[in-house]
Amino acid sequence: MRQGPEEKTLLQDVPWPNEPPVMLPGQTYDTVTDTIADAVLKRPIGMGWLGGFLIAGFFVMVLLISATYLFIRGVGIFGIMIPVAWGFCIINFVWWIGIGHAGTLISAILLLLKQSWRNSINRFAEAMTLFAVACAGMFPVLHLGRPWLAYWLFPYPSSMGVWPQFRSPLVWDVFAVSTYATISAVFWYVGLVPDLATMREKAKHPLTRTLYGILALGWRGSARHWKRYESVYLLLAGLATPLVLSVHTVVSFDFAIAIIPGWHTTIFPPYFVAGAIYSGFAMVLVLAIPIRKYYHLEALITMRHLQNSAKIMLATGLIVAYGYFFETFIGMYAGTTYERFMLQNRWHGTYAPLYWMLILCNIALPQLLWIPKLRRNIAFLFLISLDILVGMWLERFVIIITSLSRDFLPSSWGIYVPTRWDWAVLLGTVGFFSACMYLFIRIMPSISIFEMRTLLPEAEVREEVIAQ
Amino acid sequence: MKPPLAPALYGLMAEFGSSTDLVVATRAAYAAGYRKMDAYSPFPIEEASDALGFYKTRVPLIVLAGGLFGGLGMYGLQYWINCISYPLNIGGRPWHSWPAFIVPTFEMTVLFGGLAGVFGMFALNGLPMPHHPVFNVDRFSAVTRDKFFLVIEAADPKFDLVQTDEFMQSLKPLSISEVPH
Repeated sequence: MRQGPEEKTLLQDVPWPNEPPVMLPGQTYDTVTDTIADAVLKRPIGMGWLGGFLIAGFFVMVLLISATYLFIRGVGIFGIMIPVAWGFCIINFVWWIGIGHAGTLISAILLLLKQSWRNSINRFAEAMTLFAVACAGMFPVLHLGRPWLAYWLFPYPSSMGVWPQFRSPLVWDVFAVSTYATISAVFWYVGLVPDLATMREKAKHPLTRTLYGILALGWRGSARHWKRYESVYLLLAGLATPLVLSVHTVVSFDFAIAIIPGWHTTIFPPYFVAGAIYSGFAMVLVLAIPIRKYYHLEALITMRHLQNSAKIMLATGLIVAYGYFFETFIGMYAGTTYERFMLQNRWHGTYAPLYWMLILCNIALPQLLWIPKLRRNIAFLFLISLDILVGMWLERFVIIITSLSRDFLPSSWGIYVPTRWDWAVLLGTVGFFSACMYLFIRIMPSISIFEMRTLLPEAEVREEVIAQ
Repeated sequence: MKPPLAPALYGLMAEFGSSTDLVVATRAAYAAGYRKMDAYSPFPIEEASDALGFYKTRVPLIVLAGGLFGGLGMYGLQYWINCISYPLNIGGRPWHSWPAFIVPTFEMTVLFGGLAGVFGMFALNGLPMPHHPVFNVDRFSAVTRDKFFLVIEAADPKFDLVQTDEFMQSLKPLSISEVPH
């Protein structure tokens, strides 16, 4: 958003000699508006978009078929059993909701911290949040067994006279995730309204004009409106900041409040939140790198954004590494047999290869980000982001499956093997997420136009000129 | 009795090429005594709303009220459910297990605060309003792109078509248009 008078516009503000600018020089109101809006309004639908969308659409069909079969047959089609009653559904839920966190971090926390470089990536990062939370939200419902009774989770005066159990973190989760989804959607839409007005004025076809016009709510850029708008935008950021931290904290409570070895630890909330942001920024890079290339947005999403994201990944990755280290340390220090066995089992048990892959993907390989030359290499950033996404998925697998499959009583041990339906649902949500992103970049301006305008030097009100 | 005819003119609109010019013009208009006016811009300009004498919004108050309603309501609901409507002994915990009630209380504070803020902002702004007289001026569509506008309404007591027009000329705008109803 707007910067204070004491700050320089970002075009002039280059802190280090080698640091790339936030916006390439030569941008004006016109170029910013046209570059972003024409990617939606003028650009014809190419074979690349169509092909990608069709592949994503295929996986949406896979998701629909799996969900239908699941509703007919029940959760027995998954690999879950006793003692591993939480399988892919919960892994995927935690993974997806974590990915969403980076969008809120960019749009809310970086706004409060006055990191104006975020203005060119917040819009599609928020869209990413929305779609990731939609994917995440599906899993607990698919996992319910009787998904048509999902509304029992909400406190409503039922004829049975019973209420949800408010002492359970699973109920807290319902409130955290549904609030997060709602606030993310509202935040995203509020940010879109002024840009939808731009689209309304730029659209040629009467139908698109009308549709954008309806969505823009008659926005006319009045100074009084902007004042209230800015006020609520800042307040929403202030509310979303503790909200996003609370969401993954509550998700980690699902585990930490249980007494299963490997779950019952106080390090979980901060390390889950850090892991969420870690995987979220990886997803931001996975999306930003192709979008800026194919939609020619290099002038607006510069190397500065990619490098900053890489640095955030490195920092949060180190917090995650600290979390792993402390889990291990406490496991040995606590002096309980079960915790020590849990560690032995992670290192040498059935799922040990996955644990070591996790360490490789999440801890070892991302250390390459220390090298400035690699941070400037776009192909490397793309690959390391994919690696981190895989690593964070493995982390949830290791936490959930390893601990559940070997709890206190050897007589109740069991081995979990995912079925083809587990994989189908996971791939299905990846397809759903991609299909939503494909639609989003063709329907909505994927960069916030009005916030980019505020970064231009000409946007500044020059008090020194007025004084003359 | 017939309702009085609406005045044919909504106001006069001056167009500017930069945010600085808009702020200068708005300050001049305020100094000249005009109050029923508005500045329009493609992005938020704090100085413009200040120049209109519009310093305070009620949005933060609405957010506070919404947040308090959500938080107190959720805490009250949990208290009522667990202590009055259907007390259940869960692992020997007290009926009024307040630490466990904090999480939903916090979430509903955020939800109601946020929604109240957004709906409140739109309501105070009078949106959605699909049509507004300023849209009758064709040049106004540039407000979503790169132009800045100052509109002095005919409803302003100081408004006089000739004098206000002369005043606007003195601000050296790019153009002046009459805004019909």
